[in-house]
Amino acid sequence: MLALSDFLILGAVMFGLSIAGIFINRKNIIILLMAIELMLLAVNMNFIAFSHFLGDTAGQVFVFFILTVAAAEAAIGLAILVVLFRNKRTINVTELDSMKG
Amino acid sequence: MTFTMPNIAPALPEIFILSMACLILVIDLFLTDRQRFVTYLLTQATLVVAFILIVTDFTQGRVLTFSDTFVRDPMADVLKACIFIAGLVTFTYSRDYLQTRQIFKGEFFVLGLFAILGMMILTSAHNFLTIYLGLELLSLSLYAMVAMQRDSVTASEAAMKYFILGAIASGMLLYGISMIYGVTGTLDLAEVARQVPETEKQLLLTFGLVFLIVGVAFKLGAVPFHMWVPDVYHGAATPTTLFIGSAPKIAAFAMLMRLLVDGLGGLHAQWQDILIILAVLSMGVGNIVAIAQSNIKRMLAYSTISHVGFLMLGVLTGTAEGYAAAMFYTLAYVLMTLGGFGMVILLSREGFEADKLDDFKGLNERSPWFAFMMLIVMFSMAGVPPFIGFWAKLSVLKEVIAADMVWLAVVAVIFSIIGAFYYLRVIRLMYFDKPVDTARLEVALDMRLLLSANGLGVLLLGLFPGGLLALCLAALSGS
Repeated sequence: MLALSDFLILGAVMFGLSIAGIFINRKNIIILLMAIELMLLAVNMNFIAFSHFLGDTAGQVFVFFILTVAAAEAAIGLAILVVLFRNKRTINVTELDSMKG
Repeated sequence: MTFTMPNIAPALPEIFILSMACLILVIDLFLTDRQRFVTYLLTQATLVVAFILIVTDFTQGRVLTFSDTFVRDPMADVLKACIFIAGLVTFTYSRDYLQTRQIFKGEFFVLGLFAILGMMILTSAHNFLTIYLGLELLSLSLYAMVAMQRDSVTASEAAMKYFILGAIASGMLLYGISMIYGVTGTLDLAEVARQVPETEKQLLLTFGLVFLIVGVAFKLGAVPFHMWVPDVYHGAATPTTLFIGSAPKIAAFAMLMRLLVDGLGGLHAQWQDILIILAVLSMGVGNIVAIAQSNIKRMLAYSTISHVGFLMLGVLTGTAEGYAAAMFYTLAYVLMTLGGFGMVILLSREGFEADKLDDFKGLNERSPWFAFMMLIVMFSMAGVPPFIGFWAKLSVLKEVIAADMVWLAVVAVIFSIIGAFYYLRVIRLMYFDKPVDTARLEVALDMRLLLSANGLGVLLLGLFPGGLLALCLAALSGS
């Protein structure tokens, strides 16, 4: 039987991976978007684990809302990405530097 | 199983704004570009009616509804009324600007209304779920508003940066919420507040708290989570910047209050230390880096960061008077920001963005009246008496000293004096330099009148600050 701490460690590892993915990645904005999704999934893992072990359904309801919002967020993120690509012809993270100061 | 209808009366303004936003979205489809004015008028009318709905039905005490996920109390009512005013002023300032640049689209107003709805939900949240949903409704609308200027390289880049950092902030906030949920076993803020002192897992709770504050600090734009603020303010079209800089700050203050005071008030000792660090860093970095800016939108962005630091000072005192001072500060700040960005819009015209500091050179020769308005706003932001910014700073500092943190008040005063330098530089440019740009100021009448009222409001509320301050105190002592 898996304990609560196993799920929490998995959640923390996923969260850590997503943070690393965001800050180490310098090449591609799409990878950033993937890292953000992973971050939300790590949170979902936490919520479901807690919800199960506390015997409270509110956490699972929260997960449904996070999934829905994440879908909307991904749609807006990709739309902004398309606009950005049309204007700059690149999705390289290091080239997002037209504003200085 | 029976279904009982929740009491929808407390959420009437929200429901009204939601229905009108959907209605305007549909109506806008049937309008030609020449009739677009109808969308604008409907949006403004919606805000006016919602304002009346709030003001005529002002709550005394605290009403909970929708299974306790939604609260209506005097603080929420006052903040919502101010959000409507800020929205109304923003849209009025934006109209002319958007029209001359061919971006007078219905989307701007509909997204604005949805963002305002998000702010209202955030202000009235009484559950972690409502906070999250309100925050996302606000943020997603703002991302899209920044990206609306589709052909601008800077706007799309700003939107991307805003989106990524905002999404990281939401992730952090959610991770914190999940930890707190794990410890307390509930998402209800009042229930969390009841559980916090009893639980033995204080370490896990503090762990969650840190993530929560990181998330909120990102949204507020406090140092060291401020990277997005200057780029977004700079890159977005000025009306969007005006929108982002004004009303959402009120919602961010409400979010800070709901999370830290209503929910985690029992952990005051822990979050006070974190907020002190954030506040000192924000005031320091904001004020010092602003000196180096030559773009006025960037300068005002860094000035925002420093004002956020001041706002946090009020909250971290942990007293009702301190919260009231922070609320007063927020409202004063929003009024000043509307004036500041309003001036940038006023000086811009078709094909020309007045976003350089040099564009303000010799404004006194071109238009003495509006130079005077800018003078009022800048003096007020710097905290010079008798303008409202002075009373806002004074009331926050008073509460910080009352909470026995004299050193913090001294630090805040030093940074304010450093900050005064760049505000006064704008005034020097306006009054003592020769104008570079000598084109006549052609401004629509509604904008002229409202901007004058805005500037005079900063002056009048500075001369008679008692009413607003008493309103803030009354709004917070009731809860």
